[in-house]
Amino acid sequence: MTAVTTTTTAAPAPVTGELPQVRRRRRLSPGRRLPAARLAGPLLVVALWAAASAAGRLDPGAVPAPWTVLKTAAHLWTEGTLPGDVLTSLQRAAYGFAIGLTAGITLALASGLSRAGEALIDGTVQLNRAIPTLGLIPLFILWLGIGETFKIAIIAIVVYIPIYLNTHAALSGIDSRYVELAEVQGLSRFAFVRQVVIPGALPGFFVGLRLGVTGSWLGLVVLEQINATSGLGYLMFQAQNYGQSDVILVGLLIYGVFGLVSDSVVRLIERRVLSWRRTLSS
Amino acid sequence: MAPHTEQLTRPAVRLQGLTRSFDGRTVLDGIDLDLPAGQFTALLGHSGSGKSTLLRAVAGLDHGVAGTGQLTAPERVSVVFQDSRLLPWRRVLDNVLLGLDGKDAVERGRAALAEVGLKGRERAWPGQLSGGEAQRAALARSLVREPELLLADEPFGALDALTRIKMHSLLRDLWKRHRPSVLLVTHDVDEAIVLADRVLVLERGRIGLDLTIDHPHPRSYREPVLGEYRERLLAALGVTEDHA
Repeated sequence: MTAVTTTTTAAPAPVTGELPQVRRRRRLSPGRRLPAARLAGPLLVVALWAAASAAGRLDPGAVPAPWTVLKTAAHLWTEGTLPGDVLTSLQRAAYGFAIGLTAGITLALASGLSRAGEALIDGTVQLNRAIPTLGLIPLFILWLGIGETFKIAIIAIVVYIPIYLNTHAALSGIDSRYVELAEVQGLSRFAFVRQVVIPGALPGFFVGLRLGVTGSWLGLVVLEQINATSGLGYLMFQAQNYGQSDVILVGLLIYGVFGLVSDSVVRLIERRVLSWRRTLSS
Repeated sequence: MAPHTEQLTRPAVRLQGLTRSFDGRTVLDGIDLDLPAGQFTALLGHSGSGKSTLLRAVAGLDHGVAGTGQLTAPERVSVVFQDSRLLPWRRVLDNVLLGLDGKDAVERGRAALAEVGLKGRERAWPGQLSGGEAQRAALARSLVREPELLLADEPFGALDALTRIKMHSLLRDLWKRHRPSVLLVTHDVDEAIVLADRVLVLERGRIGLDLTIDHPHPRSYREPVLGEYRERLLAALGVTEDHA
């Protein structure tokens, strides 16, 4: 046993007396990215789904084939209520998101830039955060009625919380060395906020923004399935009553596309605005 | 008051009975000091001797630090820190222009960058600069404001030895051209000797040694005359060289 081990380790040693050649170390990082790597996983899932459907291994009543879903989507789009439902859902999400974004930024600035603002706002938002927003639905229905207002209000709350939390943390976590620099350079308070604090807080804001965008879709799905007479969620809820699994899948597909597109847009803006960050990793 | 201040007409900085303490621990213990206009002074001391505290007091950056005493300093003061402290989200030129306004600001910023040898790097991000380049940009940022007093807190402490030597001659050249009063805080005895015309040693919260170095520039570390200064300074710092 010992003898065998000794001979194997001794084998690569140079016999000629020259210095051993340098061997490249084994690479521990995962290496270069494959092109369009993000799409590979989802495409494989769709391929497996199609293959299983074609082979007749899936119950079409539970999981219809991909082409059935596409056909249903085309049908609903041209002859059904799908365009109207999509528009309604988009509107709800957009209004809620816009209000949540504005509120999140405004409150974070007020709370992050002044001690009085922090005293008034931060604790209140933390309290609000501790209450699951979807738990507010019954109360909001009582206050605002069952129309669009309460839906938009709930989405706005789901959106503003992560935006507020991350932006506020970034604003108050500004590096004290930069504060000192601004003092030395004789910046006014306004110039300090505009040129140092806000640009420094942008990375944190974008983290909150991405969470907020995801949150707006989450809120939308829940609201539309509980309580709506139009919109994508309503379409899916009706389909459930009639056992139309293909319609449900169409709804899920559209939600997925919404989520993917909005996240990509935010990421694109983030890359543009924070282009200075790319130099750090290169 | 120290005798050397008498013959000089206008002190740029005057400290009278300056005291600073942290949590009851006295760091500066009644310092009297005049820095004449246009003089290049180095302040030596052990780490924790209070040299940064003194510099921050002169810079007006010691908010909330307990202390007494009189302190006068010019209107236009620039500070160079140990880290370049460039804002990573502003391009190099915009960093130099931080806090500067006026019609010719951009022109002055470009000129300052050219002066420190960073011409052509105006549009670079700070993250793309080497340590030495970043510190050059920081020097440009402090010079563009045409300071009467330049405070430098171990500005070359984080640089490698070769870059440090280049930066020494750059700083000396810039000083010769612009003639601000300089207070350079350092723990490097050789750096102080090569650069400064007067070296102060801070010891237990007081100026322990005030040494005028009367020797032409540019100076080299190897000159034997400077060795004598070196020994006196090291002795004042409580360091004895065995091989000497």
